Amino acid sequence: MRHFFEHKEHLVRMAVLFVVGILAFVVFREIMVPAGFGEYGHFRAGALDDVRAHPVKYAGQATCVQCHTDIAEQRAQGKHAHIGCEACHGPLATHAEGKSDEVPTKPDPRATCLRCHTQNVTKPKTFPQIVPAEHSAEGPCTACHQAHSPSLS
Amino acid sequence: MHGLMQGVQGYIYPDELELQWGVLIVLYPYITGLVAGAFILASLERVFKVEAVKPTYRLALLTALAFLLVAPLPLQLHLGHPERSLEMYFTPHTTSAMAMFGFVYLWYLMAVLVLEIWLDYRKDIVLMWKASTGLKAWMYKIMALGSDDISERALLTDDKVGHFITIVGIPSAFLLHGYVGFIFGSVKANPWWSSPMMPVVFLFSAIVSGIALVLVMYQFTAWYKRLPVRMDCLDTIARYLMYAFIIDFSLEMLDLLHRIYEADESFKSLDFMVHTRLYFSQIILQIILGTLLPIGMLALAQLVKLTDKARQGLYAAAGLLTLVGIFAMRWNVVIGGQLFSKSFLGYTTYKMDLVSREGLLPSIVLMILPFVILAVLVRILPPWPSAEDEAA
Amino acid sequence: MDETRRDFLLKTGKFIVLSAAAAGAWEAVVHGQPDRVPEAYRLLDHWWAFTIDIDKCIGCGNCVYACKKENDVPLEPQFSRTWVERYHVNPDDMEHPEVDSPDGGYFGFPEKYAGQDGKNFFVPKMCNHCATSPCVQVCPVGATFESPDGVVLVDKSYCLGCRYCVQACPYGCRFIDPRTSTVDKCTLCYHRITKGLTTACCEVCPTGARQLGDLKNPNDPIHAFLRDHKVQILKPQMATGAKCYYNGLDGSVR
Repeated sequence: MRHFFEHKEHLVRMAVLFVVGILAFVVFREIMVPAGFGEYGHFRAGALDDVRAHPVKYAGQATCVQCHTDIAEQRAQGKHAHIGCEACHGPLATHAEGKSDEVPTKPDPRATCLRCHTQNVTKPKTFPQIVPAEHSAEGPCTACHQAHSPSLS
Repeated sequence: MHGLMQGVQGYIYPDELELQWGVLIVLYPYITGLVAGAFILASLERVFKVEAVKPTYRLALLTALAFLLVAPLPLQLHLGHPERSLEMYFTPHTTSAMAMFGFVYLWYLMAVLVLEIWLDYRKDIVLMWKASTGLKAWMYKIMALGSDDISERALLTDDKVGHFITIVGIPSAFLLHGYVGFIFGSVKANPWWSSPMMPVVFLFSAIVSGIALVLVMYQFTAWYKRLPVRMDCLDTIARYLMYAFIIDFSLEMLDLLHRIYEADESFKSLDFMVHTRLYFSQIILQIILGTLLPIGMLALAQLVKLTDKARQGLYAAAGLLTLVGIFAMRWNVVIGGQLFSKSFLGYTTYKMDLVSREGLLPSIVLMILPFVILAVLVRILPPWPSAEDEAA
Repeated sequence: MDETRRDFLLKTGKFIVLSAAAAGAWEAVVHGQPDRVPEAYRLLDHWWAFTIDIDKCIGCGNCVYACKKENDVPLEPQFSRTWVERYHVNPDDMEHPEVDSPDGGYFGFPEKYAGQDGKNFFVPKMCNHCATSPCVQVCPVGATFESPDGVVLVDKSYCLGCRYCVQACPYGCRFIDPRTSTVDKCTLCYHRITKGLTTACCEVCPTGARQLGDLKNPNDPIHAFLRDHKVQILKPQMATGAKCYYNGLDGSVR
């Protein structure tokens, strides 16, 4: 054995250097891998919670109708019954949460309607569409229609 | 937004407005290719005992090392979070072609290149250690790992181990660059890249570029050091370059022919691109100036009897054209693969910044850096034959 | 799991809990599914999917708008987690549809093809939350992943911004958020759907063209939808296991 290592000391030193390097890497890696990595798959389990921690901006229709029961009733029979309140009113989670005193602004009673109902050949034929200039050149749509139950009032 | 829309033709997905991989990612396969090619040329001498290329053996190894040290820098610079790059070693995703590259790179750098250079230079290192004083002596002592055994038996062992490492090194060099090709070739979403030919084409173009680099560097260093150029060496390298180039070009043409003949759903889109946005870099620069012309020049040197001086000039010009051609090839792969929309309904353009982190300036610096490193390396570890070797 | 649930409740406060419960209750009323009230969110009890009904999309752009609001998606440059494309296909040249998506559809679509021969339709696009996702496959570090409940997510504190996943996505659904230099994409409103809410885009879709579905919930209407319609996924040749099912998808759509 002794004979074998004769004149190979430099190689042994190099080998030791490599082994030390690899060991150092293994130890360093143990320290550096984030907690929970690999729990559910090849990712940091905490990432799921991170994504979930994002604040909700749209409270959701179910939240709105808890307080606005009158509107809910008004909508129930009409053609807009299944449209989320925030589709027209915008994101209102802070309002629903009571965190903000800000009174939600009313949607523009013409532009909001036209966003969906302006005629466009790309829209499905069955969808109710109007040419604004022909249908009613100006003024709010709500002069004739009820936004929450839009057949003629 | 409207600035970005400029240069867009037809329809591209909104998130395709920004080109993801710029000129830095062109440099990455280019530089790794030079490494792999230079190493493979060096191995010829060692494993296949091609005596004629021996004068370039050490220079090729040092060139490979200099470029390999720079290879990860463009990647690093391009990352959104360079400080997180070590994650690739800590939690490598085994299904990712990119994750494995880190290990292939380390293996190649440490287990192959550094070790082989160390073994080959050990005698010189010890001699220089003994011959110098002060800091310099310390540097060489550390490099020798404090062992000054340069007895006949020790050197014989070094040679055997070195031989073994070279044998391991050749597939490693193939792996290194075949791997880079796989990083692109395995992206099934991108028809310009997705091809099993990609690793093979990358490998052969790597060999071509590496040989061309050594061919140029050998002549340059000989001129700079006023050393005589060994024409048998030069002729041999040039011949290898031509053979490798012909194989490389045939493979690329096979790939092209296959695409044209199959003409799948992406073909019209890609064909249009090659005839417009990529016309200059692909047809003119890569194929005509960067491939056909140097192959022709190398063939000319084979067919016609020319003076040494004329052959030298021809080889140098062919080598430089080859280096440009292979760069154009990397450019066409990396940038070309991002100029069309994955909807096949539109095209975008690549606008290179000048001084930004991923711009032209850092790329130029990164292209000069390996030569600076090489200049330092040849000072520490001179690759030129010593007076006694010349005499022998 | 219970531990994290408790932590999470403390963190996000009373409102979320209440609204989650309320939303659950509302869903239960609408769909007659008393079991949908989420007590504690169990990862393995869900397998999220999505349906898009081309015949119902009116191109109002509400979804694009709401997605940007809900998820703080940068307005400029015009990156989108979801966008709407407008197709115009001339019957004489079926292979070359004319497509546009001005600002991703954020402001809706001004009339463009009136009086022209051909068929016209909108195609909402978003992450397909593929089950064998190419983007996840190529991520070198595990910063993007398929969650156990079938959502492709990004760990923004771990992403190194190499952009390989952007290259690998056949649908163009990923981009680099210039503010964080990390990749960004549709999370399927993971922060909402794990609290019993639907996604922001579904919440504001006036025609119900977009629907979130849970394939592991036997009472989810998605089962009926998939049974009753001839659905298609985008680029099926990519074999990505896309879970975004389109009804009425034209063959010209790329």
